[in-house]
Amino acid sequence: MKFEPEEVKISENTPLEYQSQSGRFNILGFWIFLGAEVALFSTLFGTYFVLINRTASAVQPQELIDLGLVLMMTLVLLTCSFTCGLAVHEMRLNQKKRMIGWLAVTITLGAVFLGLEIYEFVHYVSEGATLSASAYWSSFFLLLGTHGLHVAIGIIWFIFIIIQVVMRDLNTISASKVFIGSLYWHFLDVVWIFIFTGVYLLRLVI
Amino acid sequence: MKQSYISMFGLLCLILLSGCNLAVLDPQGPVASQQKDLIWLSIVFMFIIVLIVFTLLVYFLVKYRERKGHDDYDPDIHGNNKLEILWTVIPIIIVTILSFPTVITIFNLEEAPEAESDREPLVIHATSASWKWIFSYPEEDIQTVNYVNIPVERPVLFKLTSADSMASFWVPQLGGESYSMAGMQTELYLQASEEGTYSGRNSNFTGEGFADMRFDVHAIEEPQFDAWVKEIQEGAPELTQERYDEFMLPTHVGEYTFSNTHLDWVDHSTDAEYGLDARERQGYEPENPNASDKGTPRVGDEEGKDS
Amino acid sequence: MSWDEFIVTGDPFILAAQISIVITTIVIVFGLTYFKKWGYLWNEWITTVDHRKIGIMYIIAAILMLFRGGVDALMMRTQLATPNMQFLDAQNYNEIFTTHGTIMIIFMAMPFLIGLMNVAVPLQIGARDLAFPFLNSLSFWTFFMGAMLFNLSFVIGGSPDAGWSAYMPLASNDLSPGPGQNFYLLGLQLSGIGTLATGINFIVTILRMRTKGMTLMRMPMFTWTALITSVIIIFAFPILTVALAMQTFDRLWDTAFFTLQDGGMPMLWANLFWLWGHPEVYIVILPAFGIFSEIISTFARKRLFGYTAMVISIVAISGLSFVVWVHHFFTMGAGAMVNSVFSITTMAIAVPTGVKIFNWLATLHKGKIRFSVPMIWTLGFIPNFTIGGVTGVMLAMAAADYQYHNTYFLVSHFHYVLIAGTVFSCFAGLIYWYPKMFGHKLNERIGRWVFWIFMIGFNITFFPQYFLGLDGMPRRVYTYIPEEGWFSLNFISTIGAFMMGIGFALLIYNIYYSFRYEQRETTGDSWNGRTLEWSTSSAIPPHYNFAKLPKVSGQDAFWEMKQLGEDTNEIKQYEKIHMPNNSANPFVMSVFLFIASFELVFPMVDYCDFRVDWNTCMYDSKVVY
Repeated sequence: MKFEPEEVKISENTPLEYQSQSGRFNILGFWIFLGAEVALFSTLFGTYFVLINRTASAVQPQELIDLGLVLMMTLVLLTCSFTCGLAVHEMRLNQKKRMIGWLAVTITLGAVFLGLEIYEFVHYVSEGATLSASAYWSSFFLLLGTHGLHVAIGIIWFIFIIIQVVMRDLNTISASKVFIGSLYWHFLDVVWIFIFTGVYLLRLVI
Repeated sequence: MKQSYISMFGLLCLILLSGCNLAVLDPQGPVASQQKDLIWLSIVFMFIIVLIVFTLLVYFLVKYRERKGHDDYDPDIHGNNKLEILWTVIPIIIVTILSFPTVITIFNLEEAPEAESDREPLVIHATSASWKWIFSYPEEDIQTVNYVNIPVERPVLFKLTSADSMASFWVPQLGGESYSMAGMQTELYLQASEEGTYSGRNSNFTGEGFADMRFDVHAIEEPQFDAWVKEIQEGAPELTQERYDEFMLPTHVGEYTFSNTHLDWVDHSTDAEYGLDARERQGYEPENPNASDKGTPRVGDEEGKDS
Repeated sequence: MSWDEFIVTGDPFILAAQISIVITTIVIVFGLTYFKKWGYLWNEWITTVDHRKIGIMYIIAAILMLFRGGVDALMMRTQLATPNMQFLDAQNYNEIFTTHGTIMIIFMAMPFLIGLMNVAVPLQIGARDLAFPFLNSLSFWTFFMGAMLFNLSFVIGGSPDAGWSAYMPLASNDLSPGPGQNFYLLGLQLSGIGTLATGINFIVTILRMRTKGMTLMRMPMFTWTALITSVIIIFAFPILTVALAMQTFDRLWDTAFFTLQDGGMPMLWANLFWLWGHPEVYIVILPAFGIFSEIISTFARKRLFGYTAMVISIVAISGLSFVVWVHHFFTMGAGAMVNSVFSITTMAIAVPTGVKIFNWLATLHKGKIRFSVPMIWTLGFIPNFTIGGVTGVMLAMAAADYQYHNTYFLVSHFHYVLIAGTVFSCFAGLIYWYPKMFGHKLNERIGRWVFWIFMIGFNITFFPQYFLGLDGMPRRVYTYIPEEGWFSLNFISTIGAFMMGIGFALLIYNIYYSFRYEQRETTGDSWNGRTLEWSTSSAIPPHYNFAKLPKVSGQDAFWEMKQLGEDTNEIKQYEKIHMPNNSANPFVMSVFLFIASFELVFPMVDYCDFRVDWNTCMYDSKVVY
């Protein structure tokens, strides 16, 4: 094994976010953190599937789930993952204004997603499917709630990044933050794909 | 110094093992005796490994300690493939050798031990509740608390479940333990070869009264057992649901016998909530054990026998 | 909630503890003020981001926790010394064994090793600090606040009493009422944040900050184990995070994950707990293996035998650690097939571990062994850990495990691996790197006494427990009756426990004695070392570690340099070094997290009212709280 500690050569082709040492460290560190997040969501999914039939006397999920709404949420989230990608693209072209614009779109769509999710939850709760209704609903709300909480954190985070970029301009440090934020955002998208198939679509067949 | 330590250790082993009155190594039935054989097999292998490690260690320490006239020093040895493969393969072989009897025994224990008479196993439901054991004989329609009578030389199938926290049913001289869990049923075959009283207990922590959660297993001859069943069916009081609910409270109780079983109205292996609901019905409220008004009377310890 | 539910009252031990806490606090505050050390404490320690200082703080905290856990242990052994002993009642005993287990694993073993990693790893790879010094400080303070929160339960609210494994439904509100269990959940959660961050920090540091020429396969063994341990942390700790969160929800917000009501599944807790718990065992043993590897090759004055095999072994162990968790509950009736599979995977761990043992032995072969104190701890580790290891194989055989499970046989087994492995390594590592941290060695003569008293006491304590287990004594019983015949072995065991206590006290005395009288180091190379940490200029390296980052051309880098007669400290050209600034943020953030967690521990009355209101307006709920 010859993993020489890298002799980093920085040229103008190096993406902005990789140009500083702290940027490189932060990005690698964040990838590892995402590894931990994978373990976290795997545990939540595992729990969900273990408890999937334990609805006790509470309302059945089949009676409540509205796939139309969920499809809309999915589209919103996928779109904002795309706009987030565009923001990073603009960042690499050093187009600060456009980047901020796309980030703003991303944040808005994220907020729409969150709003829809909250609407969905309130609807379920009003039908008696509360956090404490049954083991199934506990695991359902924990899994989706954790994802929703992540989205909310992501939105706040992007707002802070935009403020920082506006105040301190786009440099190697803030670029690495934008990039990390986008990694996080894409990750949440991937998690949602699993939720969409594992939690909602699965209900069509079982 | 090292040597004296090892010889001390060896001596201690001998003294302690020669006694062999240890419950687990003194089995009184076919289940425990299979386990004993497995344990001895593993002890022999493990003893050999320990011996090899200790010998090598002492030898190297004596030979290669820093001293005058030590000229066998070679600081640059970095490894030896043959040797390393050797001590990778040997543990693999030992583990493989031990795997076979382990797996065979695991599967054997899932079934009734071969009975001397080809009779069907006696089924007993054993239910743990804080902090007592309740035994129901569904065929005979009788129930005992904190003791259980079994016929000798006939396999007994214990169907274990719990009314509240998870306990573990263990009679060391008859065989290994198994958990009892509310809403679940686990099965455990045991069989006694000799007449006698064997002590059994819960071995999994269940809270304050755990240490005293013991029961006796009386192994008696088949005719005596039948007579005992008959006597109970005719003479013992009937168990009502109200009376049974009292057992659901976290208390210690003595030994009891009843002429029917609680299976008439509840099977804890399908109804996990019954135990806690019964507590609630009687107005029992859990309270912080560290609050200073500890003195409020809990449901007191009951003593004595009904029958 | 009334005041007397808040402060634990009515027990003489706890009263004594409360008084001593108050007195200690007053003494500390007075002392700091009198000697005008507040600024020193704040500037040099609390706000520091320096890896060695953080490492030292980890170690100090761990030793404090070792003291607390040790006192718990002595109280338990006193209670068990004779049948029907009246020293503690059942409730006290249950709280004490719960806190003993939790503290020793989470707040002693792990921080001690992380502390040693903090001190040694950056020096071993020739780096100036960890990759994220700020995060490192945050890790320490969240761990520390988690530990303090957990310990607070002793005097405020009552300690958890459901065992360190906190099995549901025993740990639920119905069966373990009061705030005790909440302390456990939130204390672990809080310190878990820090552990996860440490894992990330070490992976990035080790992958990215090695000095020139140090390839992965030239890294010192301790660094290797630190890397693999960090990987285990990354994948294991999130499982604990989720499991703890779910139990917290069950207790505070009536969810039904592990409850008996509403379809909850108590077995799920056991599975999740051990899915984290078994890797956790390797988190505290792999760095120990690393420390022993360093010490053996240093004091045998020989290269480590079979370096590649050692690396493969630790990787194999880390992989296997995730596929053996069921062996913690073979008796749960999972079925013969499942038990067989997990029996075999568990026994398979014996193979890489065996390889390591034999490689250590082979390292001694043709060496020139010097019996310094770190070395005798290491040499004590090999036979004792072997006993622990082989009994582990015995426990792995599921059919036989039905007879060992939940008995003192098991208790003895895991103390043989955790004390002979982890605790011995902590002591050995502390003594080995002590000159690096404080500029002088610990006294060797007292050190030998510590070793012999502690090691013999350890064997007297735990060897009889194998036989108690085989005689049917279950773990966690607070007392036993004379008829059960367990008196003599228990009494012997208690004597041993007090010997270990004396050994520990002597170790602390040695720290004081050596501080006063031991000769100060003048070179950085205290033990004729082999790895880079011994190459820095002074006995206490400056905060930038290396004036000039070393260049490495093989394993045992410093040993090679010495052979070639290179002087590592010869500086031809000075380079500019940028070091991170101190920061108070980690401390402040952790204090806020502490306060927030503490708020959650108590099911406060006003808080409950709030909850009911919220529920009724939000949920239109039929659920009665």
